[in-house]
Amino acid sequence: MKVLLTREQLNNCISRLAQDIKLHHASANDLLLIGIQQGGVVVADRIMDQLKEELTGKQPLYGQLDITFYRDDIRKEILAPDRMNIPFDIENKTIILIDDVLFTGRTIKAALDALLDYGRPAKVELCVLVDRKEHRQFPIQADYVGTTIQTEKTDKVKLRQTDTGDLEVVLLPS
Amino acid sequence: MQLSTRHLLGIKNLTREDISIILSTASQFKEVLQRPVKKVPSLRDVTIVNLFYENSTRTRFSFELAEKRLSADTINFAVSGSSAAKGETLLDTVNNILSMKVDMVVMRHSASGAPHFLSQHIPAAIINAGDGINEHPTQGLLDAFSIQEKTGGLEGRKVAIIGDIMHSRVAQSNIYLLKKMGAEVTVCGPPTLIPKYIQQALGVNVSYHLRETLEWCDVANVLRIQLERQNQVLFSSLREYSLAYGINRKLLDSLHKEIVIMHPGPINRGVELDSDVADSKQSIILQQVENGVAVRMAVLYLLSGRNN
Repeated sequence: MKVLLTREQLNNCISRLAQDIKLHHASANDLLLIGIQQGGVVVADRIMDQLKEELTGKQPLYGQLDITFYRDDIRKEILAPDRMNIPFDIENKTIILIDDVLFTGRTIKAALDALLDYGRPAKVELCVLVDRKEHRQFPIQADYVGTTIQTEKTDKVKLRQTDTGDLEVVLLPS
Repeated sequence: MQLSTRHLLGIKNLTREDISIILSTASQFKEVLQRPVKKVPSLRDVTIVNLFYENSTRTRFSFELAEKRLSADTINFAVSGSSAAKGETLLDTVNNILSMKVDMVVMRHSASGAPHFLSQHIPAAIINAGDGINEHPTQGLLDAFSIQEKTGGLEGRKVAIIGDIMHSRVAQSNIYLLKKMGAEVTVCGPPTLIPKYIQQALGVNVSYHLRETLEWCDVANVLRIQLERQNQVLFSSLREYSLAYGINRKLLDSLHKEIVIMHPGPINRGVELDSDVADSKQSIILQQVENGVAVRMAVLYLLSGRNN
């Protein structure tokens, strides 16, 4: 198992992403952050922590989205779903979807399908920790990228929690 | 996180883990049912036949709605007006339906074991929607889901099942499920309506006294007295049954605690339950119906993989 992003590098990426979001959304009015289960929620938790410290006034709303029922390869393997938690109205709001690794783009396509069942947002942006840019299968690009990593198509890139509770991004043997 | 079975024939065949997976998946589907768009595309490539050889309103509607909320295509078969009325066998009927590319069969039949028989002869996934006096697994699951939702869990919960235990597939599925999940179960009713060796066979307590049972339990699941059994001399009259085993407001108010009242429907008001009990705050009868859709969505979704 090879470490692609150490704890320090990962923390820097998270700070940069939070700064970037803050730069583009000076006020948190109408801003919603939604993490995609499961890795995206871990990243979104961290970004929320940073934003809470830095944003003055109104805090952005935060939810978690699960794409299990919307996967396009659902019949290949039936998976039990994770928790879906969007306890607010998304109609006409600006939403930042957050995921850990952007790879083929299929997860994001499914996430958008799921999101639209909750209403019609004014705008949806995408924020990812790691972009595996060269393997995209759908026309989907991120607005905020922590870092871009060169990988082989068969590689498995995962966000992982170490025994000490730190986060790192690793390359799993395929 | 996969079920250990391809069919849902009964709770008897499920593991504790299977039950946990179904119940937790059901709670996610319950969330789906609160959204502006109350459906997901998960089963849009799946066709389901609802094969009802016996009357049903609630269960059939509940399954049909669950299927539609999952985006499945559905066809309904009721025995009256079908070729089964002309003498076609069950297997022939089902094979004819399956040749039209149907993937799953939801089935109710008056013969105990009918879905088990079918599962040995056809490739489609089968979900038992009630077979004779054997099981009604989705009712057992939705009852458990409702108890869990109302009281916080099943482990150690004291559940009384009251009424005609002898002829009740709801009772049987409930007992299997509650015992597997660590709840305590007492069955209560007139001796003629309780199978003689049920204590030894299924590990439940038996009581013939309604008040004692209600004092003991946290949850009372009250079964329908099947009016068609009136002529079988199992009890002398509905009025007598109601006097000994009917639950009324006065009885509930005289207990030392507030218990939860459940009923799988349809209710015989004034027989097993009085209206001021059935419609009270203690009753979760309508929540059971609501949860039925989410639980059936979970079962259909989890069994929809084509891993055969």
